[in-house]
Amino acid sequence: MSDLTSDAHGHEHPKNELSDHAKRIYAIRDLLIEKGVITEKDIQCQIDYQEARTPANGAKLVARAWVDSAFKVRFVADPKAACAELGIDATAINEFVVLENTEKVRHMVVCTLCSCYPRPILGRPPDWYKSFNYRQRAVVDPRGVMREFGFEPPDDVEVRVHDSTADIRYLVLPLRPKGTQGWSEDDLAKLVTRDSMIGVMDALNSLPE
Amino acid sequence: MSAADDKFKPGDRVKVKFEDRPGHIRTPWYIRGKTGWVERVYGEFLNPESLAFGRDGLPKKTLYLIAFHQGDVWGESAKTQDKILVDIYEHWLEPVA
Repeated sequence: MSDLTSDAHGHEHPKNELSDHAKRIYAIRDLLIEKGVITEKDIQCQIDYQEARTPANGAKLVARAWVDSAFKVRFVADPKAACAELGIDATAINEFVVLENTEKVRHMVVCTLCSCYPRPILGRPPDWYKSFNYRQRAVVDPRGVMREFGFEPPDDVEVRVHDSTADIRYLVLPLRPKGTQGWSEDDLAKLVTRDSMIGVMDALNSLPE
Repeated sequence: MSAADDKFKPGDRVKVKFEDRPGHIRTPWYIRGKTGWVERVYGEFLNPESLAFGRDGLPKKTLYLIAFHQGDVWGESAKTQDKILVDIYEHWLEPVA
């Protein structure tokens, strides 16, 4: 990756500086185009689609669940249908499960095998989510990982780490922060960080600067 | 999703088989041989161990959410109430008496 950024001119194709992995990816891309399997346009459309999906989708769902208890029930019971209600396309997910945090339970999501992640809801996973370090330590020492995110679950709280190994994609529904009664849905959504929906921390309790 | 055909039901104690074989295995190494219980039955899914090799994924396999005490996986140092939950296909599970 640094090979790409080290080029001050920002060329898309600094071939002589590419890693072996990148060279292979470009070679496969060129072959797929040459053989007519996909077009350049297909690739660009897919990139645009990937970039368009962001944690704002998740934040919108969570904020709605906080203000509308009937929606929350539907969101937990049938997350995909709840997404459709808000105009969020979650059809790319095979199975989608919402894990609701409570005062006594905190959920945290990892994929120890690769990097399974609810992309339609949260976009692309952060690099740390894909790192060996997180993938190992999330299951061995979840409280230690949370502490590094500045979050210390109380001793009487049960921490439930979900290893997303198969067809299910998990989203954590964080607790609504105290003292936010009467807040607008838009402001509440600003408290819902990506990391709080992975479950490594709670939602913010005040608006970010 | 034919519940009657599922081998296990919520609450059943199960042990993850300890198998070491090549392929696209979705059962993490650290959980093999460990004992937990069925938390949820997710229903039937195409078998990723077959799909990954361009095959049809049939027959479908029932997928379960299996819960484990942290302490049963890593030993005494873990907090007693903390859990690890892993999605595991039926053919990796065996009943515990």
